[in-house]
Amino acid sequence: MLTDFQITGKKATRDGFGDGLLAVGQQHNNVVALCADLIGSLKMNAFMDAFPDRFIQTGIAEANMMGMAAGLATAGKIPYTGTFANFSTGRVYDQIRQSIAYSGKNVKICASHAGLTLGEDGATHQILEDIGLMKMLPGMTVINPCDYNQTKAATIAIAEHQGPVYLRFGRPSWPIFMSDHKPFVIGKGIMMQEGTDVTIVATGHLVAYAMEAVNTLKEQGISAELINIHTIKPLDEEIILDSIAKTKCIVSAEEHQRNGGLGDSIAQLLARKNPTPQEYVAVNDSFGESGKPDQLLLKYGLGPENIVEAAKNVLSRKA
Amino acid sequence: MPDQQELKKIASQVRRDIVRMVHQCQSGHPGGSLGCTDFLVALYFKVLHHKLPFSMEGKGEDMFFLSNGHISPVWYSVLARSGYFPVDELSTFRKLNSRLQGHPTTHEGLPGVRVASGSLGQGLSVAIGAALAKKMDKDPNTVYVLTGDGELQEGQVWEAMMSATHLKVDNIIVTVDRNGQQIDGPTKEVMSLGDLEAKWKAFGWIVLQMNGNKMDDVLDTLTQAKGFSGKGQPVVILMKTDMGYGVDFMMGSHKWHGIAPNDEQLADALGQLEETLGDY
Repeated sequence: MLTDFQITGKKATRDGFGDGLLAVGQQHNNVVALCADLIGSLKMNAFMDAFPDRFIQTGIAEANMMGMAAGLATAGKIPYTGTFANFSTGRVYDQIRQSIAYSGKNVKICASHAGLTLGEDGATHQILEDIGLMKMLPGMTVINPCDYNQTKAATIAIAEHQGPVYLRFGRPSWPIFMSDHKPFVIGKGIMMQEGTDVTIVATGHLVAYAMEAVNTLKEQGISAELINIHTIKPLDEEIILDSIAKTKCIVSAEEHQRNGGLGDSIAQLLARKNPTPQEYVAVNDSFGESGKPDQLLLKYGLGPENIVEAAKNVLSRKA
Repeated sequence: MPDQQELKKIASQVRRDIVRMVHQCQSGHPGGSLGCTDFLVALYFKVLHHKLPFSMEGKGEDMFFLSNGHISPVWYSVLARSGYFPVDELSTFRKLNSRLQGHPTTHEGLPGVRVASGSLGQGLSVAIGAALAKKMDKDPNTVYVLTGDGELQEGQVWEAMMSATHLKVDNIIVTVDRNGQQIDGPTKEVMSLGDLEAKWKAFGWIVLQMNGNKMDDVLDTLTQAKGFSGKGQPVVILMKTDMGYGVDFMMGSHKWHGIAPNDEQLADALGQLEETLGDY
């Protein structure tokens, strides 16, 4: 096992959001929350019960929710919007672009059920393009935490950041391995395991799989360095460049399309600063389908063994 | 407070500004701007409780949002003429490095603008959010928003209409510029809006009507609308205007929605708008 990070339990990242939202509501009187008919799914009940005057049920009308959030932010509130990732991004892209991003509004777009791990509802709801959509918007911060604790900490931390944030999390119960008292620093990657042969950079749910992959590689005599990149934009360039200076090759792992995700942000960094062999673990230009979260991740090539395989492939490409 | 005669004089100057701005850069939207001039002059110079210097959060004052951002010429002129920024800056409209972008934005820091608009149908939602914040803060002031009528073809507007009544947003006054025109032609031909009064009423709004090109009617109706504040329902004013009002050859047609006058047309237009406070 990794020395500093032990699995201590299992909980969904959306639970981390719900608990973080309650905590940040207690800390800041100007935090308000909006939800488009998914209070239970987003775990927003506790905030709603504690602060009914600062909670707005918007109904199934996400465009209006984004606009209202922009208006609330204009008047000095810190609005947190809650719905599924699909309806938080693609459905309301122009509302976010004009009324929030271009207008510089301090809105926190909180998106659950991102990616394949939404599961049985299938591809209509499994957005795999949201990171790309959001990171292209000037001034938008994009965060994809990996477990319950990190999601809770991120939910609290983004209130202190002035400007729009996209916070992406998910549905399934998932291993907890981050410390529950580690402060969340936007834009600072976390070194999970030092290694010398290959760098693995993972985000969101795939950090847990990358931990498994690092152990498998270790058993096979390969020393992998693992970086947890919770903030995709702004990207922690330093931690990645320092790592590849040592390992000379890199694997990116994410529950997102290969086009436009974390891997592409890393590839862009490498092309500019230090061209280095890279392998992607990501969905390859495909929609998802119904199934259990772990079945889907395996079928679409995002399992621990896919990370191991990618690491070996990239190792073989090292100069 | 200016009287009606003075307001009319200001409106004449604002119309001069509009045609000169659009002429100068040979782009922009004069038609809707001229049609909404009397309303915005009445609002900013008589009705709106607002403070300078401009504050983004608008605490303790009324707030205004322009949803149909393409009529930026009239808004910029009214903002400048009411002291938000120097009148001379109107000459930079739509030019490189200007704060007076083609469509209004907060991005360049222009005082008076609180959200970008131009992509239609978004302003009412933003205004409702600001009105909700005022209610949370127990701020008794009013949020005003102006939308076009063609803009009501956007679905988001109907989401917003529904939410305002459900959430009892009774500190908002929406004005719809009912000029019956849009880019491709008369609204009733492009996509008929039907009986707008019945539709807004069915969504639970108090609906008032006014002639937006009669200053006394505008002032009376805005006062009447304000009287409904705090009574549990949002208010909409269906404002009949003539696109291009004040410049005869621009009136009565969608053709002047988004084109600029040439030198000869500018001279003709200015000849029809004789009252002036001094051009920029």
